[in-house]
Amino acid sequence: MKTIAELNKIRQESLERVNLRHDRKGTRIVVFMGTCGIAAGARPVLMALIEEVNKRNIENVVVTQAGCKGACRLEPTVEVYKQGEEKVTYVYMTPEKARKVIAEHIVSGQIVDEYAIGAYAE
Amino acid sequence: MDLFRSHVLVCAGTGCTSSDALKILDAFEALLEKHDLQKEVKVVKTGCFGLCEAGPIVIVYPEGAFYSHIKVEDVERITEEHLLKGRIVRDLLYKESIEEDTIKAIDEVGFYKKQQRVSLRNCGMIDPEVVEEYIAVDGYQALAKVLTEMTPEETIDVVKRSGLRGRGGGGFPSGLKWEFTAKAEGEQKYVACNADEGDPGAFMDRSVLEGDPHVIIESMAIAGYAVGADLGYVYIRAEYPIAVRRLQIAIDQAREKGLLGKDIFGTGFNFDMEIRLGAGAFVCGEETALLNSIEGQRGMPRPRPPFPAIKGVWNKPTLLNNVETYANIPQIFLKGPEWFAGIGTEKSKGTKVFALGGKINNTGLLEVPMGTTVREVVYDVGGGIPGGKAFKAVQTGGPSGGCIPADYLDTPIDYDNLISLGSMMGSGGMIVMDEDNCMVDIARFFLDFTVEESCGKCPPCRIGTKRMMETLDKITEGKGTLGDLDNLERLAKNIKSSSLCGLGQTAPNPVLSTLKYFRDEYEAHVIDKKCPAGVCQALTNFYITEDCKGCTLCKKECPVDAIAGEKKEMHIVDTDACIKCGACVDKCPFKAIIKK
Repeated sequence: MKTIAELNKIRQESLERVNLRHDRKGTRIVVFMGTCGIAAGARPVLMALIEEVNKRNIENVVVTQAGCKGACRLEPTVEVYKQGEEKVTYVYMTPEKARKVIAEHIVSGQIVDEYAIGAYAE
Repeated sequence: MDLFRSHVLVCAGTGCTSSDALKILDAFEALLEKHDLQKEVKVVKTGCFGLCEAGPIVIVYPEGAFYSHIKVEDVERITEEHLLKGRIVRDLLYKESIEEDTIKAIDEVGFYKKQQRVSLRNCGMIDPEVVEEYIAVDGYQALAKVLTEMTPEETIDVVKRSGLRGRGGGGFPSGLKWEFTAKAEGEQKYVACNADEGDPGAFMDRSVLEGDPHVIIESMAIAGYAVGADLGYVYIRAEYPIAVRRLQIAIDQAREKGLLGKDIFGTGFNFDMEIRLGAGAFVCGEETALLNSIEGQRGMPRPRPPFPAIKGVWNKPTLLNNVETYANIPQIFLKGPEWFAGIGTEKSKGTKVFALGGKINNTGLLEVPMGTTVREVVYDVGGGIPGGKAFKAVQTGGPSGGCIPADYLDTPIDYDNLISLGSMMGSGGMIVMDEDNCMVDIARFFLDFTVEESCGKCPPCRIGTKRMMETLDKITEGKGTLGDLDNLERLAKNIKSSSLCGLGQTAPNPVLSTLKYFRDEYEAHVIDKKCPAGVCQALTNFYITEDCKGCTLCKKECPVDAIAGEKKEMHIVDTDACIKCGACVDKCPFKAIIKK
């Protein structure tokens, strides 16, 4: 290895390999993946979220999954927990909607009201 | 590169490997493929997590779910429930990580909470066989910084200002050692790493080499630059096959990436490394014996001075540091010497790794700031003593150290405090003893080790320790006198002051410290001919109490027919015929057989 730039390039490329392994701080995005969620298409949503987070190099965001939360009719659902803020529940998610949530809610801090559960409540 | 949503970390340190960790790894790979998750979930083979008691250990990120005592059969449930459906398998979690309704992540459980991991920081976090993972966690950044921005003098100055002291036992200031070697005259110089971890029960060096081998390569290259050496020797015992293999893989990878070899980072600095295998003699952990052994000679110490910094390997100036010492170096350069000096006590800076064993709940490796008290280590991190038994003493520093009794539980642990208590830091072995341990027997155990391991070069150690051993044998057999205790003490002090190397100079410590703090137990052995803890066989007998229901189980079990008694009547032991094997005690359902 002849330059520090080379070292830093490997470091940058390899970060993804290890950056999942931190404690649970910062923002947590939970995809509900019970049978209902998976059947409704939660997995592509999950993968879209992970892709988008990595593409934008957003740090301190963890994308994780959980079981069914009981609102099966609204699946796929995604919840965003930002530190010090109320959680936001997004429903009827798709990969496209997921990307928009990352862009607007996670990056810019603007909750995407139209996908949030409140928009669908009777 | 594939994107993974979850990482499954499987501990593949020596402890977990010996209990099926590799089969667990294979099972994960197979099941992930079966469920088509291999592109979403990554399985990582890591070094030791430290909580060996709970092994085999599996950790799932991002949740940080801490699974303990995992069996191959459990892998299916973790895969199908947790990885596929996102439901953490609660009953397989480490017991302490479940608290009412919430599940704690690994770094929130008691064992890890008080720890501060500097030299162990990557152990259990990265795959030791993948250099990219080390680079991703800032690996080789310190080497780059040193080579491109600093002079050798500035490099040594940073180590000096950090206050780092040798972690192998002696506690000599590392910066000074670096300086002596740098200033020594000679064209050719070497750096060497002492990985001949010989203290029974200590395994921090093994853990670093298995879990984070690149840190040693990086540090030795930094040291080589500082003192003007272009070759490093790692002296490691052949009994550590996993450590040897992973270090060799790491060296090969570093060479391939140009992190070892010629013209590193284009600075013109050349450095390479070689592994030297030791045959596992305890004395080869002593620095001059180690140097002899590297050269292929018999592992026996040389008189000092000259110190290795002046005449080391092949009689050339050699910087010799221990594995754990090296493991601290990169962090000191990345975070600054002031950061390191801010941890610990006035004269002992930084953190120290301890291998906790004996009568303790959380057997394993832990790293705490210097100045942490014995009580915090034993009770907060170590989880206390099993069965609610009373703490009696802790032996630090292995066969070279001494016992610290309960009165000193609140002593902050550092080099100087331990020495003043008649013990020493040593490499950081910590063996906890409870009320069931006989201190005379403990002293005898450690002395037995040093008698075996004495190389025989100097008479005080070769003959003296043997004579001490004979005296202790006499005492434990009930044939000792009060005069023996005085002789023992005098002999011990003579051996300490007249032995050639550290082995003999410290070998009497276990006897001296137990004589100092537990003289009453010695006296019970010689005056009352009793072993208060009921350990020394010649001084204890088995008795059957009134709790006996006459079930005859013990009678059937006794290999020498020393138990008599009719059905449903109280049995008795014929103490003359009894061989004290203890088989009856294990068999008795009513706990009616006691030793005293």
